[in-house]
Amino acid sequence: MQPAARASRFDIGGAIKDALVATMVAFGLFSLMLGLLTAPGPSGKLEVSARPQLLAASLAVVFAGRFFVSLFARNSRFTKLGQIVPPDARNALKKLERFAAPALLLFALAVPVLFFSNRYLLDLGILVLTYTMLGWGLNIVVGLAGLLDLGYVAFYAVGAYSYALLAKEFELSFWVCLPLAGILASFWGILLGFPVLRLRGDYLAIVTLAFGEIIRIVIVNWQSFTGGPNGISGIPRPSFFGIPFNNEPEGFAALFHLEFTPTHRVVFLYYVILTLALVTCAVTIRLRQLPIGRAWEALREDEIACRSLGINTTNTKLTAFATGAMFAGFAGSFFATRQGFISPESFVFMESALVLAIVVLGGMGSQLGVAVAATAMIGGFELFRNFEQFRMLVFGAAMVGIMVWRPRGLVATRTPSVFLEEKKTIPAAIVEEARQ
Amino acid sequence: MSARAHDIILDVQHLTMRFGGLVAINDLSFQAKRGSITAIIGPNGAGKTTVFNCITGFYQPTEGMLELRHAEGRKFLLERMQDFKIAARARVTRTFQNIRLFAGMTALENLLVAQHNHLMKASGFTLLGLAGWPGFRSAERQSLERARFWLDRVGLLARADDPAGALAYGQQRRLEIARAMCADPVLLCLDEPAAGLNPREAVELNKFLRAIRDETKTSILLIEHHMRVVMEISDHVVVLDYGQKIAEGSPAEVRGDPKVIAAYLGVETQEVA
Repeated sequence: MQPAARASRFDIGGAIKDALVATMVAFGLFSLMLGLLTAPGPSGKLEVSARPQLLAASLAVVFAGRFFVSLFARNSRFTKLGQIVPPDARNALKKLERFAAPALLLFALAVPVLFFSNRYLLDLGILVLTYTMLGWGLNIVVGLAGLLDLGYVAFYAVGAYSYALLAKEFELSFWVCLPLAGILASFWGILLGFPVLRLRGDYLAIVTLAFGEIIRIVIVNWQSFTGGPNGISGIPRPSFFGIPFNNEPEGFAALFHLEFTPTHRVVFLYYVILTLALVTCAVTIRLRQLPIGRAWEALREDEIACRSLGINTTNTKLTAFATGAMFAGFAGSFFATRQGFISPESFVFMESALVLAIVVLGGMGSQLGVAVAATAMIGGFELFRNFEQFRMLVFGAAMVGIMVWRPRGLVATRTPSVFLEEKKTIPAAIVEEARQ
Repeated sequence: MSARAHDIILDVQHLTMRFGGLVAINDLSFQAKRGSITAIIGPNGAGKTTVFNCITGFYQPTEGMLELRHAEGRKFLLERMQDFKIAARARVTRTFQNIRLFAGMTALENLLVAQHNHLMKASGFTLLGLAGWPGFRSAERQSLERARFWLDRVGLLARADDPAGALAYGQQRRLEIARAMCADPVLLCLDEPAAGLNPREAVELNKFLRAIRDETKTSILLIEHHMRVVMEISDHVVVLDYGQKIAEGSPAEVRGDPKVIAAYLGVETQEVA
């Protein structure tokens, strides 16, 4: 008992030292950022004024925060907080986990019924599902194949513009354009892949980032084709397999003897994106059990070993890129038909970063984790819409928190694709991440 | 002569590998017989692994010819082939000095990845597999059987569903050999398979390698430091020092060679000359 007691004693001196160092760092940062304020004076000239109280207050907050963190974080009684949960409860939680996916799926199916009158929630649901689909698509590239792709939004843009242009210029229907947009996006995926796939890790990330920007800049500048910064408006809205959603005698509502409401279209869109997302998920799960999926994961684990076993790593990477890009293309064309208007502003780097954050947060390679992360991130963004200024602050703090408590994402285990006797999950610690 | 040429599986002629000014291998020629175990030995830095990397295509040799002959007469010039094609077409597979398993995948999955090319064809390059083609299902069952067979051979059947990274060191070494064998090679290149094994495990390894040679007719090329392994199981030994071949012959011949003793024990130069 004696050594344990010693280990759990509070080390006040160390904590004070720690807090002083943190305060000094904070002073370096805050002295100019918070301590000084430039504002136009009475004569209209910019004037510098000092704000010593604010500076002192924020330094005090940093000191106190760091003091308590180092006091309690060093204390074994508090670091083992996670293990205090009794084993019974943990087993029960594990059992609950098995029902998480079906429960989420049922909920997703029921949302339009439950919230039929709440247009805002339906729109939010569509947004969440779009990002879930993008996350699942990027998961193939980043989570399975281990290729860090920072330009994923490029394929989303290709899909959206493909649909917009095909539907407007050639008057093709959504269901014809959807596969075409997917094919075009995956074609661009391969085109990008060829020169780039010799690169690894950070270099690959930078080139894909640049590719994402190139696509956006081309869209902005090729005015005659893409409409430039003005974007494309008047994109045909989806119809119920040929039946338009309008208040005419041949419209959806009249044909099904319903009272006309614009919500019908929203509900239809919701189910379209739900189907697309579920197809993405199902295909990914199936691909994981096929040789190509296992080769992707092997590639993430060890590329040289793959080559020594006769696997053509270039082709394997290209298929991963093309498959991921295809799903982004699908999502893009859905985005275009939902909005009715697209412009380059929707395809900025921030979108790529957001999708990547969803994948990392969810746990690379995990379908359920990505879905939960997409809901949390996009839903969380909406929750903080009224506190616009603090949105990024909370978002950043949440990311830091997750990375501290669950560095491998929400679902941090890998499920084997095949088994002889028993399916055992593999702890994330020995699974390779995207950074070859 | 032609009958003799048929017996040779790997013919290395005038192999030279230079890295800038450094000559890692200098004009090395040797032959490996079909269905036999050939060992390459030599002190640290003698260029053994470089020879392996040339044979398996990870390096492109500066000069020389590496010819691999299949039993039915097909010939492959390895120095002109890419690494993965050497494994897929010429059917030369290898293990690595620092084990390169897919650590986050189970032992079983490791062995299935080794059968990738075969399974890819069976799955109609994924398209038929996605549709649940019955031909693919039976091919997959066969691959699982093959994996189960090799897991059993290396004594890891009970660990089939455990991640490769969680296995003990000796088990990982064995699993890597099993994985290389699952890729159905004619020539198996083992880079220090006995490194880090305890004496009992080394004896088991000897038995296992002999069994591979005798049962599957796979030829084995072996780099090894463990003299006990080399002397017990190899049919032919090539000794390298500073990138040059200094001796060649049966284990007994090589053991008595003064140049080999000098290279290993570091006798002063005038005594050797």
